[in-house]
Amino acid sequence: MSTETDVPEIRLISGVRKRTDMLFRGAMTVGALASLVILALIAGFLLFRGFQIFADFGLGFLTSSTWDSGDVNDPTTARFGIAAMLVGSVLIATIAVVVAVPFAMSAALFIEYYAPRAVRTVLTSVLDLIAAVPSVIWGIWGYSVLMPDAEGWAKTLHSWLGWFPLFDVPAPIFGRSPFIAGLLLAMMILPIVTSVAREVYGQAPRDHVDAAYALGGTRWGALRTVVIPFGRSGLVGGAMLGLGRALGETVAVFLVLNLVFDVNFKILASAGGNVASLIASRFGEASPYELKGLMAAGLVLFLVTLLVNAAATAVVKRAKVAV
Amino acid sequence: MSTAVIESVTPAPRRPWRQPRKVALETTILVVASVVFARFLEAATGLAGVLGLYVGFAVALPVLAIVSVVRKGRNATIDRFATSVLVVAFGVVCIPWISVISTVVRNGSRAFYSGYLTTDMLITGVDDPLNTGGLAHALVGSVLVVLIASFIAVPLGIVAAIYIVEVKGRFAGFVRFLTQAMSGVPSIVAGLFVYATIVIFFGGFSAWAGASALVVLMLPTVARTSEEVLKLVSDDLRAASYALGATQARTTFSVVLPTVFSGLITAAVLGVARVAGETAPLLLTTSYFVKTSTNLNEPIATMPIYIFSSLGIGTENSIARAWGGSLVLLAAVLILFLIARIASNRLSRK
Repeated sequence: MSTETDVPEIRLISGVRKRTDMLFRGAMTVGALASLVILALIAGFLLFRGFQIFADFGLGFLTSSTWDSGDVNDPTTARFGIAAMLVGSVLIATIAVVVAVPFAMSAALFIEYYAPRAVRTVLTSVLDLIAAVPSVIWGIWGYSVLMPDAEGWAKTLHSWLGWFPLFDVPAPIFGRSPFIAGLLLAMMILPIVTSVAREVYGQAPRDHVDAAYALGGTRWGALRTVVIPFGRSGLVGGAMLGLGRALGETVAVFLVLNLVFDVNFKILASAGGNVASLIASRFGEASPYELKGLMAAGLVLFLVTLLVNAAATAVVKRAKVAV
Repeated sequence: MSTAVIESVTPAPRRPWRQPRKVALETTILVVASVVFARFLEAATGLAGVLGLYVGFAVALPVLAIVSVVRKGRNATIDRFATSVLVVAFGVVCIPWISVISTVVRNGSRAFYSGYLTTDMLITGVDDPLNTGGLAHALVGSVLVVLIASFIAVPLGIVAAIYIVEVKGRFAGFVRFLTQAMSGVPSIVAGLFVYATIVIFFGGFSAWAGASALVVLMLPTVARTSEEVLKLVSDDLRAASYALGATQARTTFSVVLPTVFSGLITAAVLGVARVAGETAPLLLTTSYFVKTSTNLNEPIATMPIYIFSSLGIGTENSIARAWGGSLVLLAAVLILFLIARIASNRLSRK
């Protein structure tokens, strides 16, 4: 006895992709390369608009500190150079990273190895949330809450360490200094550095940690000998990511920094430089020629941050952490 | 012949992983003593307020920690000292977070009255009393600009993720590198770029220009999160779909994407949260307008610019308005985050 069943049509299996798939893959490839197109357009257009500046001032654009838009009708009287701004950007970002890294490291170790499991989950979410607090809110907070306090800290620092050139000030004014901007940026980059550090520390080989305990080591002993050395390169990568963020931050720095076109290493003095803030502050009233100068400054900032970020990505990748 | 009597001994259950009660007691005493010490220090020196109290605590805790275990030897002392330093440092990290949120809530609520969310600033000056005017214009503008940006950035980001995870094309590594590089583009540079192209070509500030600048900043976040999400789909599911004779396009659109739909929502929401508060690019692209407007070809008000410009005026009432805007913005970001978290929890339960 036999019953008849529906037998599906015999299907050929082949390794050749169908036309729909070729189309699909092609479309996805084109779409995915959008980021390449955008990055290329950014570099291309900023270069295109700012090219005249590079042609007119050459390397002087990077080495001089004068920013003078000159006579509106006579572009030849204008002088543009971003040395002071560039030095200021690097100085402030460095302060931010130097302040943030030890705290990020401690917080990461605390979250990963001391906090109870439930607390750890909550803290991880809180880290993500704080990382999303808009920079304008950090700016308004930095301006009205942090700055009055930080001026006092700067005074104390100056009275104890004023003999050291870095902490010297030409006049006893401590507001709107690179020190305060750096502190604010440190707080802003803390979440990202901490979450990278936490992730690397969490991947430290569990059996090595257990072995350290089994040998009679204390918790700190295990952290010092296993976890911290394991996470070193990841921490460096996280710090560099933070550096990239700090270099490009605009509004918050703009609100707590006094822009002065002079190369200045006195971090407590009320005078600093910042490329991003320069663009934000001069943009509104810039002449067409000055706008070109700002475009050129933007290109320099873009290339510097791209470089720092690429390096950071490479380092973090070596630590095998998805950022 | 002798018989050995084997006594069976049942060992009492021990829980070596549990902290003995003594340790917990010691910790409590240590913390309480440090707080008391900090209080004295605050009274004795010029330190003032909560921050001064914390400084005292930060000094007292490590010192008392050393004193409390020094008799147990060097290793125990170092361990407890390190622990107390980590705790203190973690506290320092949390202080600005608490301060930011509490100040925004405290100062921001001052600007609120019944019509704050529904009135604009067309007939009100920034310095006018706080029971007039509001931020409806900025709210509408922000929603519009961010929506347009999402319509472009979310599909592009998901496509990039599909390319990396599903197509696994030749440039997969390169595309991932590019998205990472893009996430580091300073926001002001994105604004400057859009100014150099769209604003100059089309002759003026507009919502479109602002949205384009936000796309640059949103795309990497969406792409990276979607990539993580797509990786969660098990290969069995794909194999099953192929075995039924489906093409790769069909598999992706009918099997993979629906499976992780809530994860993709998370990716989109995180992208929105990332750009909702961006100020610098909008300064260069949308400018500001005091009227509630839905005209996308004109300058339009947005939340960050509302905050920034009110702060810039610098009078008491305008600064209060800036805080009010900050409160609304912060609440919006918080809500977006909660949505993202709920969506991703739903995904992980599947």
